[in-house]
Amino acid sequence: MKQQDLARALGWFSIGLGVAELLAPRKLEKAIGVRKRHTGLTRSYGLRELTAGIGLLTAEEKNLSPWMWSRVAGDVLDLASLGSGFSSDRNNKSKLTFATAAVLGVTVADVLCSMKLAEDEASSTRSVRHSVSIRKSPEELYQFWRNFENLPKFMYHLHSVKVTGGNRSHWIAKGPAKMKVEWEAEIVDDQPNHLISWQSLPGADVDNWGTIKFEPAQHTKETIVEVELGYAPPAGAMGALMAKLFGEAPEQTVKDDLRRFKQLMETGEIPTIQGQPAGRATSTTKYENYVRDLVSA
Amino acid sequence: MKANCWCGIGEVQVMDVPDPQILNPRDCIVKISSTAICGSDLHLYDGYVPTMQAGDVLGHEFMGEVVETGRGVNNLKVGDRVVVPFPIACGNCYFCDKQMFSLCENSNPNAAIAEKMWGHSPCGIFGYSHMTGGYAGGQAEYARVPFADVGPIKIEDGLSDEQVLFLSDIFPTGYMAAEQCNIQPGDTVAVWGCGPVGQFTIKSAWLLGAGRVIAIDDVPERLQMASEEGGAEVINRNEVDVLEVLKEMTAGRGPDATIDAVGMEANAHGLLGAYDRIKQAMRLETDRPAAFRECIMACRNGGTVSVPGVYGGFVDKIPLGSIMNRSLTIKTGQTHVHRYLRPLLERIKKGEIDPSFVITHTMPLTDAAEGYKMFRDHDDECIKIVLKPGQ
Ligand SMILES: NC(=O)c1ccc[n+]([C@@H]2O[C@H](COP(=O)([O-])OP(=O)(O)OC[C@H]3O[C@@H](n4cnc5c(N)ncnc54)[C@H](O)[C@@H]3O)[C@@H](O)[C@H]2O)c1
Ligand SMILES: [Zn+2]
Ligand SMILES: [Zn+2]
Repeated sequence: MKQQDLARALGWFSIGLGVAELLAPRKLEKAIGVRKRHTGLTRSYGLRELTAGIGLLTAEEKNLSPWMWSRVAGDVLDLASLGSGFSSDRNNKSKLTFATAAVLGVTVADVLCSMKLAEDEASSTRSVRHSVSIRKSPEELYQFWRNFENLPKFMYHLHSVKVTGGNRSHWIAKGPAKMKVEWEAEIVDDQPNHLISWQSLPGADVDNWGTIKFEPAQHTKETIVEVELGYAPPAGAMGALMAKLFGEAPEQTVKDDLRRFKQLMETGEIPTIQGQPAGRATSTTKYENYVRDLVSA
Repeated sequence: MKANCWCGIGEVQVMDVPDPQILNPRDCIVKISSTAICGSDLHLYDGYVPTMQAGDVLGHEFMGEVVETGRGVNNLKVGDRVVVPFPIACGNCYFCDKQMFSLCENSNPNAAIAEKMWGHSPCGIFGYSHMTGGYAGGQAEYARVPFADVGPIKIEDGLSDEQVLFLSDIFPTGYMAAEQCNIQPGDTVAVWGCGPVGQFTIKSAWLLGAGRVIAIDDVPERLQMASEEGGAEVINRNEVDVLEVLKEMTAGRGPDATIDAVGMEANAHGLLGAYDRIKQAMRLETDRPAAFRECIMACRNGGTVSVPGVYGGFVDKIPLGSIMNRSLTIKTGQTHVHRYLRPLLERIKKGEIDPSFVITHTMPLTDAAEGYKMFRDHDDECIKIVLKPGQ
């Protein structure tokens, strides 16, 4: 069974347990050997289970691991509650022991599934597509983009791109945690004024590729520019870090890059407030972070 | 330099801050001779616009002398006297091409925030929160003006600051508010709010051929200005039921167009008013749309509701059924100021209007904190304040 399918199944399990805890808390308590009433507590656990269940059943396949980790956290809480049950003489110890063993079993399954999912999510191939309208001809836009050395002017996660000859170029990106990520790339498709496709060569820190298309808009004096960028971070802990090559929210990063490309091409500059006066210690603002937080939320 | 900074809700302070620098090729620096406080500034002052940060320089209505130009600015030279429009527009994009300058796609560096809040981003605006760019404003001795080759309009000698300053915002705003009503000769236009924007809306409605203008507020000196300067019939909303009176005045049909020149801090009597205040205080609703609701209910079937009043987020209890079933048209927006600069300057030169009528107070920039309070509380019959940085 695929890890993702297992996660969904555990989601259904959460829903079932949650419903039981919510609707028949007393019956459930008796079944696991708890004599004293804790219906409020049990119901709140039911709510927690339901939340995790709904999360697991509705999240996208690539975003399942946080919900699985929330199940693990729930398991730990359940175990702690069961453990405290042993200190009361009035509870049925053999029923409690059975319940604890069952929860332990589920916990092991949850932890394994969460870890496997997190690994899959980190190393899977990602690609992001975005498009924008720009009031310039396909020729002008193609020309500018075709010289890859221009890209860091508006792609802020790039440190530099050097054209090393012909179709080859050397790219240095700002990786996470101040790391530098480097690769050689080669243009694999070049249709003047229409399309450019490039790909990293073997030996890249992160395998990646990109395509940009320029299409004249039908009814405006604009060009529709569509970009698709993809990358496949290596597996393992390093890969998990590299997965953030385009920041926490790759969609937003690419959107912002394209917006700046448009601004630069249409107006010759990128609007900024960095370095303007303000009545505080630094002229820059918390809203630069705010934008980042917001878009990665 | 000295600049008036937002320091928190209900608090502004003139501080010493660094002088602005040219940051982009199409910037210029203006040494400010006159700058005004706007009803829009009150929304920031009262804390109803999110993404303000302590230390932000306020002000979006200003004029002065060009003292430095970036290498991309060829139409202005040092020494030129200019009025600066409050929206920042590039002149190159799809919307600028359509003369919808306040929707410029290239001037808001924080467009991502605006997109989260509003779906898409409007233009950048001077001194008007980080959601619209976080640009330092013009209640200061100097200001950096981006896309200076597109925005500022040159003013010849012979016209005083007081006559042309309001080209930066409230005269075009009142004009666009009236223009949006597609006034036919003889139409009746009702204007909610007799603040500075309302005053220019009234004058503009006449310029555009209205047959009758009715003004609504509850501040006596503002109603008086609407009547004496603006030639409007006035309704004091404290004394009568506005909707009833408007019906009586229009033989039951309602005004052909209604204009909300009040915005998100409208006052209201009764239960609905209390409802809005509580919800706004609890952040369940960002704006208090009392005037907007009345504009809808009052407007005649098939008429236009024009909304220059500023709103920030979400409102409740909007009678959408009334809008739909009675074929109303709603028109609104931050003013596309650039579009109106030249035609309205012409009207001023020809003597068709002298915008200085609205000014009740002039004070040095250093008194800005006092000015804000006075303007908000309508103290000393204050209607419009001009600040002078040089004094
Ligand atoms: N669209 C734009 O580009 C643009 C430009 C400038 C100003 N504005 C907005 O226009 C609005 C007015 O600006 P201003 O400078 O005249 O502000 P202001 O605060 O001086 O005027 C508002 C007036 O509305 C009155 N009022 C309050 N509640 C009312 C109600 N329920 N019915 C009738 N009148 C009521 C107040 O007594 C006051 O006189 C503000 O929201 C401002 O942000 C918009
Ligand atoms: Zn204003
Ligand atoms: Zn533009």
